[in-house]
Amino acid sequence: MTDSTNLSDQEKRPGLIGPCGTLIRREIVRFLRQRSRVIGALGTPLIFWLMVGGGLGRSFTTGGESSGIDYLEYTFPGALAAILLFTSIFSMISIIDDRREGFMQGVLVAPVSRLAIVLGKVIGATVLAVGQACIFLLLAPFATITLSVSMLAATLAAMVLIGIAVTALGFWLAWIMDSTQGFHAVMNMVLMPMLILSGAFFPPSGSAAIVRWITFVNPMTYAVSLLRHAIYVSQPGAAVNSIGFVTALLVTLCFAVSMLLFSIFLASRESARALN
Amino acid sequence: MSRFVPIVNVDNIRHLYGSHVALDGISFEVPAGECFGLLGPNGSGKSTLFKILTTLLPPSSGSAFVAGHNVVTQRSDVRSRIGVVFQSPSLDIHLTVRENLVHGGRLYGLSSEDLRRRVSAVTQALNIDDRANALVKTLSGGLKRRVELAKCMLHEPALLILDEPCNGLDPVARVEFWQYLTRYGNRGVTLLLTTHDMDEADQCDRLALFDRGKLVALGMPDELKQRVSADCITIVADDAALVAGELEANFKMTVRVIDGVIRAESREAATIMPQLFARFGSRIRSITLSKPTLGDVFMHETGHRFANHADKNVEEQR
Repeated sequence: MTDSTNLSDQEKRPGLIGPCGTLIRREIVRFLRQRSRVIGALGTPLIFWLMVGGGLGRSFTTGGESSGIDYLEYTFPGALAAILLFTSIFSMISIIDDRREGFMQGVLVAPVSRLAIVLGKVIGATVLAVGQACIFLLLAPFATITLSVSMLAATLAAMVLIGIAVTALGFWLAWIMDSTQGFHAVMNMVLMPMLILSGAFFPPSGSAAIVRWITFVNPMTYAVSLLRHAIYVSQPGAAVNSIGFVTALLVTLCFAVSMLLFSIFLASRESARALN
Repeated sequence: MSRFVPIVNVDNIRHLYGSHVALDGISFEVPAGECFGLLGPNGSGKSTLFKILTTLLPPSSGSAFVAGHNVVTQRSDVRSRIGVVFQSPSLDIHLTVRENLVHGGRLYGLSSEDLRRRVSAVTQALNIDDRANALVKTLSGGLKRRVELAKCMLHEPALLILDEPCNGLDPVARVEFWQYLTRYGNRGVTLLLTTHDMDEADQCDRLALFDRGKLVALGMPDELKQRVSADCITIVADDAALVAGELEANFKMTVRVIDGVIRAESREAATIMPQLFARFGSRIRSITLSKPTLGDVFMHETGHRFANHADKNVEEQR
């Protein structure tokens, strides 16, 4: 068919950077304007860390032997992982309602690639999660962990990688959900066990075989291990860590890439779900 | 010289949700610059067509083109040429009006000075420039609608597609919103809107009447009303079926009983009315004489009242 309408001035294509950048900026601005989210995402792991770390500290052993580190120190990387996980997941919940009766409707009918939408949401939420985790990281001296430039740089890099992985996980979970209630159910059934059975709060070595097996296949186990390696980068051997650095890095990298690719695949395939 | 191409071309579109037929062989064309309404009750299929034309839902079969571009295979071309006003605003309530517009513009590849100029132009055109720095959550429903419209007009689309644009607005806000819509229409923007509101439908240049997934009538509102060639008498009476039978036999009128209400059409309705009172007296609870409305046209074409009878069924099917 011949296009008779004067559309020459409308041939603009937004590309990847512009839409992606605007989605990231929007994510950060709206987060900072919702103080309850800031307090909730930072406060919950902090309280959890102090209560569990302080309360269970006396009964803590690493597989029956004295490790030389106390429980608050042991659970510090786990609390960082929890902040990354919860902040990312909460950022993604908005997708569910947003797509049916909010901002996302307008994004989906714009000439924006689905790749830009996924990257915009994932990078935006990762920035928020890593930002909050960085604030928590400054509490490391209270867990008798020494702050240093190399430790901060290594931990920041690890947190960015883990942030991308868990945010992309949250993205596709939210994308396939019809209601926020369903998302909460998944959080309780899948995401909480992923965190608890990751070696974040107790070493799996002394656990039942099934727990050890779940911990072994759980990608968060390797993410928490990567954080331990990063935090003790200048004191190798000081961490309680049964997984090698290369293994932890490679598995977390695969986790991030596969979650990201799956999110892009779903978003590209299912535009029809946008308003259903 | 290029051949004339309508801005919207819908060709034998059919769509199914499972086994439920939501759209059943819909075809029509909309020329550029027209205000075209899709009128029908909830569940009639107009929202499904809205999703198809906005590229959010590929039809089960048939094809649709916007400005010559296929809504399934050339989505990006279609998307850059349409503006979409959703029933629930696609605004971020935690951002200001200006922030929403800037975000909206960037999604269409606009940036820097050009975007600033366009934001300034649309906020002035829609009279929201004094609220540009207000958070959207502090705005009234009518203002939110205008911000939504401003966002859609930033990239100067050839076609504006609106889903129940005045749903939930108070009468004053409705009138205002239509004034702004008409201004864009006068500038050559084609308007295509879904509605179940008769007053809104009356303002369109042409209408497509939808019922249970079928296009039952197509034409200008006045043209459609002329299909009901007579005035309409609506009677609520005790024992409606009996009264209807007597009416048909004695007054030579086309009579239907729809949902317990008698509906008759007559060219001499005003003369007949006193005779009806004389004959049926106290059996009549109420009687109304009116010129045909779009609701009457709908009844005339479908044999049932314009009611949201099908939506529950459709939702269940989904």
